[in-house]
Amino acid sequence: MSQPLVDIRNLKIGATVYPPGENPKKIEIVHGVSFTLEKGKVLGLIGESGAGKSTIGLATLGYGRGGVELTGGEVHVNGRDILAMSDRDLRKLRGPEVTYVAQSAAASFNPAKQIMEQVTEAAIKHKLCSKSEAEARAVELFRKLGLPNPETFGSRYPHQVSGGQLQRAMTALALCPQPDLVVFDEPTTALDVTTQIDVLKAIKDAIRDTGVAALYITHDLAVVAQVSDEIMVLRHGNMVEHGTTDQIINHPREEYTQALVSVRSIEHEEKAPTPEPVLKVEQITARYKGLNFDVLKDVNVELHPGQTLAVVGESGSGKSTLARVITGLLPPREGKINFAGRSLSSDFKGRTREDLRELQMIYQMADVAMNPRQTVGTIIGRPLEFYFGLKGAEKQKRIVELLDEIEMGEKFIDRYPAELSGGQKQRVCIARALAAKPKMIICDEVTSALDPLVADGILKLLLELQKIEDVAYLFITHDLATVRAIADSIAVMYQGEVVRYGPKSQVLAPPFDDYTDLLLSSVPEMKLGWLEDVIAHRKMESAGN
Amino acid sequence: MHPILLLVLQRLGLGVLLLLAASALIFGLTEILPGDAAQAVLGQSATPESLANLREEMGLNRPALTRYVEWLGGIVTGDMGNALTNKLPIADQIARRMSATLFLAFWAALISVPLAILLGLIAVRYQNRWPDKAISGITLASISLPEFMISYILIFLFAVQLPWAPSFVSINDSMSLLQKLHAISLPVAVLTLVVLAHMMRMTRAAILNVMQSAYVETAELKGLSTFAVIYRHAFPNAVAPIVNVVMINMAYLVVGVVVVEVVFAYPGMGQYLVDAVVKRDVPVVLACGVIFAAVYIILNIVADVVSILANPRLRHPK
Repeated sequence: MSQPLVDIRNLKIGATVYPPGENPKKIEIVHGVSFTLEKGKVLGLIGESGAGKSTIGLATLGYGRGGVELTGGEVHVNGRDILAMSDRDLRKLRGPEVTYVAQSAAASFNPAKQIMEQVTEAAIKHKLCSKSEAEARAVELFRKLGLPNPETFGSRYPHQVSGGQLQRAMTALALCPQPDLVVFDEPTTALDVTTQIDVLKAIKDAIRDTGVAALYITHDLAVVAQVSDEIMVLRHGNMVEHGTTDQIINHPREEYTQALVSVRSIEHEEKAPTPEPVLKVEQITARYKGLNFDVLKDVNVELHPGQTLAVVGESGSGKSTLARVITGLLPPREGKINFAGRSLSSDFKGRTREDLRELQMIYQMADVAMNPRQTVGTIIGRPLEFYFGLKGAEKQKRIVELLDEIEMGEKFIDRYPAELSGGQKQRVCIARALAAKPKMIICDEVTSALDPLVADGILKLLLELQKIEDVAYLFITHDLATVRAIADSIAVMYQGEVVRYGPKSQVLAPPFDDYTDLLLSSVPEMKLGWLEDVIAHRKMESAGN
Repeated sequence: MHPILLLVLQRLGLGVLLLLAASALIFGLTEILPGDAAQAVLGQSATPESLANLREEMGLNRPALTRYVEWLGGIVTGDMGNALTNKLPIADQIARRMSATLFLAFWAALISVPLAILLGLIAVRYQNRWPDKAISGITLASISLPEFMISYILIFLFAVQLPWAPSFVSINDSMSLLQKLHAISLPVAVLTLVVLAHMMRMTRAAILNVMQSAYVETAELKGLSTFAVIYRHAFPNAVAPIVNVVMINMAYLVVGVVVVEVVFAYPGMGQYLVDAVVKRDVPVVLACGVIFAAVYIILNIVADVVSILANPRLRHPK
């Protein structure tokens, strides 16, 4: 048998961590992972954040991010152990032999340079070909990846093209030096589902056409199932299961893999609307200062007590703007908001303390929504003091109650946000919102930054709390699986308008309008060949029209 | 209209307004000082009658606003009036002094700015290793020493101990460029040492800030050498803060060199201003003040405009 392209044996990776209030210490984050990858094959690395998948991916480039060090084992690429290489030899490996596609192309392209210069840089600097040859290659890649005007695309600056286009350009950047291996690190995670499907197809075709081998890193099993030959499941720096894509998806052996495959097991029965909605948004039209178009156009929705209204849409659809209007951060140009039977002032400054108390908010990024220098107890205690004047033992008792409600308990009361995991941080934010005993909470993409299993836990908690506290949720998300799990009614937003609105059972049942159909059919399914089926189906439809 | 042009015009307009405000402030401040030009001319022993007569003659009895407008009109048309002490036109004096100061500032800037940026780049390349620490240490030491101290140390070393350069600087038109440069070598060295640290540290900080970006990682993963990553990918995105500090230091080279000019007896603007203040020559002080303000404002506008131009989002709108 010929020598494999990548041969990783018992790879151990360590990192230096800086726990607050303690001395920095070294920990091991990958504990001896082994695999091989043949030329032209695609291996999917899947796991939650902290599983070590990106770290392993970067190890094939001999690169450690931040304080990460490759501490043991062997990483052979093209027969050479790269852990034993000098910096100079490593630089010769990066580009000509192995390249990297990062999660956020928007951040990974240099804003000050034209795309062409960046795409061709590695090939030119390593003297793999002349400048004109590299540019010809880039144009060919742009064309292959379905970028508009491939001849002139490269002369644009990163901010002049869309996120989906930039992600494809990043793939071109990785393929231009004609490497043997490309490491794709969550290349579609930051994209909308309708964009993701096209980028995924482009990446898959490019891998097939160029015959390059790939490590495809993601937390989304449904996505990796579409592109890889084999899948390796990682958790806490250990391999859980390694097999063919078919085996992992259809016959997972390990319990953890089974949980990943069957994630979103939440059962939620749709509740019927009540006569008195807690929130009534009427004919809201809004725009931001300095823009000459409306970001929200004639939006009408209702939310009933103790129920969940999911507002779904892609980035730029206006769903977060709707939250800003409801909270009074952005007074609308037209329309009014009725809350708990009274009319709300359009500006939060004109609202009473009672208005503010009854309408709380939970954000996507839990870590920036909390003061890093306050303890969990202080963070949760603040609304208790502010709205109810609680002090001393009374306040302490209520904080503990809330911590119990979010299934964390008293031991967390003196911890700082930095000492909590992503899921725990979000739980503290939920407790802070609940502390005000609100009638309604706006949840803005509260599970988007979390791993699927952790997100599942948060959703279950939210539903549980809804039963106990009879609080209504306005749930903003781009994730349709989440919507299916928790909504009672759904509003689909597109370019500032509500294009579909009603009870969940009605909104998610055919006949669909074009946009909802596109949105629903773009959500990756945990099934082999799904990508090809959808693309073929769409081609057929557009040919039929 | 191109958005950049609009922004630049806005900055220019603001600059003019700012300059007006500065001129009013300077004029106002000399107004509220005790004594006036007549008092200065006649001295402490003047009788009230002679003072009143001179005030009448010089037009000092008219309202302050009238005199301000007249003075401003003069400056705009290049007529700054005559000095009280020697009755010579201020404009001629300033033209001569300013060209001397600019000559000194120009050469100091030409050496210090590229040197500071290069040292900043090297400091980033060897971050927290000995070259970085050495550069930081030396530049910090040089900024911590008072300018006159550095001046005297350099004079002692290179004018007294080793007769390489003159300690008393005078230049005139009959000298060749090389002779002139030789003459100003010591003050240029002092100024370079004084402004180096600030610019170098800002370059280092601004680039280090950018070095955390994802696109720097992308460049590293292309297999570029560390120095290529720094100057090709990090530096272009750190230009705006660096230019701002560079411009403040350039302004300092023009406006703040009083001490160095006095130490080397160099006939520049700083000397001129100090002389005028000592002799209570109010019109000269006013003129110098306005010119210094103008230098600051113009250089800051340049910094603003360069920052705008350095932003690709503004340079290449969607």
